[in-house]
Amino acid sequence: MIEHYLSLFIKSVFIENMALAFFLGMCTYLAVSKKVETSLGLGVAVIVVQTITVPVNNLLFNLVLKEDALSWAGITGVDLTFLGLITYIGVIAAMVQILEMTLDKYVPSLYNALGIFLPLITVNCAILGGTLFMVERDYTFVESTVYGLGSGTGWALAIVALAGIREKLKYSNIPPGLRGLGITFITVGLMAIAFMLFSGIQL
Amino acid sequence: MWKKYKDLLLDPFFKNNPIALQILGICSALAVTSQLKTSLVMSLAVIFVLTFSNLFVSLIRKHIPGSIRIIVEMTIIASLVIIADQLIKAFAYDVSKQLSVYVGLIITNCIIMGRAEAYALQNPPGKSIMDGIGNALGYSFVLLFVAFFRELFGSGKLMGFTILQSTTEGGWYPTNGMFLLSPSAFILIGLLIWMIRAYYPEQIEEE
Repeated sequence: MIEHYLSLFIKSVFIENMALAFFLGMCTYLAVSKKVETSLGLGVAVIVVQTITVPVNNLLFNLVLKEDALSWAGITGVDLTFLGLITYIGVIAAMVQILEMTLDKYVPSLYNALGIFLPLITVNCAILGGTLFMVERDYTFVESTVYGLGSGTGWALAIVALAGIREKLKYSNIPPGLRGLGITFITVGLMAIAFMLFSGIQL
Repeated sequence: MWKKYKDLLLDPFFKNNPIALQILGICSALAVTSQLKTSLVMSLAVIFVLTFSNLFVSLIRKHIPGSIRIIVEMTIIASLVIIADQLIKAFAYDVSKQLSVYVGLIITNCIIMGRAEAYALQNPPGKSIMDGIGNALGYSFVLLFVAFFRELFGSGKLMGFTILQSTTEGGWYPTNGMFLLSPSAFILIGLLIWMIRAYYPEQIEEE
């Protein structure tokens, strides 16, 4: 049983890496990866939000939105799956807001460290993507918790790695037209190739 | 007057491309570009959502309180994406299976949020529509550019029709599987950015 969850975790961190295998959360990934320190802060925030929102959305999907899910309330034959997207994004926005207020009140040091990254997470596609993949693959509650933690960790790992490379890139002589965004794209491409060596692994 | 509209429509292609310069909307763009057909459907969905979200945000821009504007924009965008998603499911079911979660991810596509925040909130509806169409076309241009090369070199086909007869089908062209894999999209966009910046040197970043 534990083995199953462990392999799901490893799979979501490495083999199905959110950033490098599915291209999710790319805008922030490319825009906020100039320094290791800031990208580490963002990475931690993503892990926390992802670990909370995926299971919460899983509960909502299984108890409210799925076909005949409302039968526990005595209502049958109702299929609300078309409301999925708007519900998930609402949950994510609310969760980020709650997390922001809680951190502000109880852990101000972490709140100040994360700064503007918390609100940015609402529009990070890795978060919504995690939820949508969870729905598509029909994960159970425990599985979705593990998946949320794993995919968040994978994304954080990827952005810290890219930030490390970009810090070193500053010292190299890049053709003017490629400077900045262009070379970053190519770097990410090469990183994705490296990450593909995990793709053949069966767990 | 007419000139201004034309600029709004055409600038996002090269001068102010959402992907190549503004770093917006990269998230869902790359994974769908292994085939021209899926990119085309994705582009149409983004054109639809971006045009109407800009229009609606612009129409009610004077009534949105600043503190809750993000939630209001999100609701408008999410409703439009649901419409687009349902339409694709109804009329192109197999493509919707291939696009998997990426249609839903248009909601968090920063291009839409970004244009609503940066343009539609300050400008009248007519101009906002043009800005929406222009930026969506700029996005589509990058998507189709990448998809064209990936499908042509990756499988020797365009829109599913054989252009280069591949060796596996008895032809002469050994397909380059690398192009079908995701990393090639990054490298192609990197090179596209290089091309655009060679023509518009003012876009070059100082580091």
